[in-house]
Amino acid sequence: MSIKSEKDFASGVMFIATGGGFAWASATEYTIGTASQMGPGYFPLVLGLILSMLGAFILFFSLVVETPDGGKIGGFAWRPLLCILGANLAFGALLGGLPSIGLPSMGLVVATVALTVIAAMADETAFQIRRVLVLSTILAGGSYGIFIALLGLTMPVWPAFLAV
Amino acid sequence: MDLLAHLATGFSVAATPINLLYALVGCLLGTLIGVLPGIGPVATIAMLLPATYALPPVSALIMLAGIYYGAQYGGSTTAILVNLPGESSSVVTTLDGYQMARQGRAGPALAAAGLGSFFAGCVGTLLLAAFAAPLTEMAFAFGPAEYCALMVLGLVGAVVLASGSLLKAIAMIILGLLLGLVGTDVNSGLARFTMDTPELADGIGFVAVAMGVFGYGEIITNLAKSGEDREVFTAKVQGLMPTREDLRQMMPSVLRGTALGSVLGVLPGGGAVLASFAAYTLEKKIKLKAGEVPLGQGNIRGVAAPEAANNAGAQTSFIPLLTLGIPPNAVMALMVGAMTIHNIQPGPQVMTVNPELFWGLIASMWIGNLMLIVLNLPMIGIWIKLLTVPYHYLFPAIVLFCAIGVYTTNNATFDIALVAAFGLAGYVFYKLGCEPAPLLLGFVLGPMMEEYLKRALKLARGDWSVFITRPLSAALLLVALILVLMVLLPAVKSKRQEAFVED
Repeated sequence: MSIKSEKDFASGVMFIATGGGFAWASATEYTIGTASQMGPGYFPLVLGLILSMLGAFILFFSLVVETPDGGKIGGFAWRPLLCILGANLAFGALLGGLPSIGLPSMGLVVATVALTVIAAMADETAFQIRRVLVLSTILAGGSYGIFIALLGLTMPVWPAFLAV
Repeated sequence: MDLLAHLATGFSVAATPINLLYALVGCLLGTLIGVLPGIGPVATIAMLLPATYALPPVSALIMLAGIYYGAQYGGSTTAILVNLPGESSSVVTTLDGYQMARQGRAGPALAAAGLGSFFAGCVGTLLLAAFAAPLTEMAFAFGPAEYCALMVLGLVGAVVLASGSLLKAIAMIILGLLLGLVGTDVNSGLARFTMDTPELADGIGFVAVAMGVFGYGEIITNLAKSGEDREVFTAKVQGLMPTREDLRQMMPSVLRGTALGSVLGVLPGGGAVLASFAAYTLEKKIKLKAGEVPLGQGNIRGVAAPEAANNAGAQTSFIPLLTLGIPPNAVMALMVGAMTIHNIQPGPQVMTVNPELFWGLIASMWIGNLMLIVLNLPMIGIWIKLLTVPYHYLFPAIVLFCAIGVYTTNNATFDIALVAAFGLAGYVFYKLGCEPAPLLLGFVLGPMMEEYLKRALKLARGDWSVFITRPLSAALLLVALILVLMVLLPAVKSKRQEAFVED
């Protein structure tokens, strides 16, 4: 038996795993109760079981039903994936600081510049460091103007060690 | 006549020059903030709420109404232009709106959203004024079993949103329901599926899921393609306003959307959320005219109907808010917050104790709607200009606004990490051909559905037949069943045809 649709095969596995995970956690950690007295585990257990059942169906069909192009998943775009998510995580870490690794809060401006530069690296072909720095300056100034000056949101703007 | 007298009272309070000015300012601010990608109505209202503290109650509510409509329209604008839904109801708008934008028809899409909303808002206001009292009784006729059945119907409707595999769409809905359950269980106080992360105790934020799955997923997918195939706006922008043909096409959809939205909006707890989904489902079921693009590929009906339904629903959802004191969605919850700040306790007494305020509020909702049209139709040209910004400038800005928008909803760094996780999930879903729109609806309805299911079965002493013995609930489930069959039958038929060909 061979895989007729890679996409469906992987989706099936994903749904079985997540559904099974939810069902297992509900069954082992929370009270199930009865239909008239549902415990916190009842509804998620039912949903988890349905989800893994659907996953099993999808998996089954991926092995049986022919798909025109073999339902290829294709390669992952690692560069955009890592750059966009990394930019986002760097922004969060720099804005609020990460006490666990001793990183102080660096504030909105530093975080914005870091986010823009890392995100822009996702697009290899169009990346020009000078252009990106100009963009990051505009975005940092703009977001300071809108969110801090105009809306008065409370978030750190400058690095913690500079603010007295 | 009561109706006219009520409206006259309302407008005499709301339509003073100073209040009109507040409505205009609110609408302008709401649009400007709401149009930033990643920042939807909830975030916008939360940010701008403090600006209304100093005003007298009626003016404050009028300004908030302006902010609300502005932000909502701003949210639809980003849904259409960059495929980012700012709140649950604009998820559907992305389906056809973004496709229209990609075909160079962003202008008509934006105009359809605005005009459809305005029309629905007018009808909603009239309905509210005429039927506030009798409609409340209809809401009372809905017990937990009926709500449960209604949600099943809504979820089944969501399956129709997906254009791919039926099984996968259902699986995505269930996954959404499960994700919606993460957080503290209201009944037992237990933190469920939080993996001992205290930040997850309040549940996963809608904004984090929507931004991650739709926003980041879309950006990564776009960047993964080589320069030429990139799905940005290569088509020439054709015209800012809808053509006569467009208007003719969208008018019946607007009417249908308005009717559906008005009815569903009355139901407390999720009616308004379901309205836009239901309207889209209905449009998808209506036969295409010759030469019409199918829904999901940039049909103007797919923008006009849900936007109208959403707005009509928003209008009539004031009925449960003002009569039962139950806020139907996050935005209305914020409005309740604003009312309590001004010492107004929402509930049945508002209508009798404080008629100026009640009718003033209703009139101000209409004024907010009007301001929106006055303000935004001329601005469509400006929004379109956004599309001409090269993508390598646009996407870092979108990522930034998403990150800031997510951070500001809870002031939590953790939420930013959460978006990253959902961004990864969004990309995986795309790779596996699983469509995210049904997931988001399930996510919104998850906790509510559990609650109503629990209550319904508790009242019935664990007897599941309650769902089919109560006529209203049975009828709703029957409609859901018919809907499933309607989706399934063509698939079965085509499969059988294939089988015959192979023979």
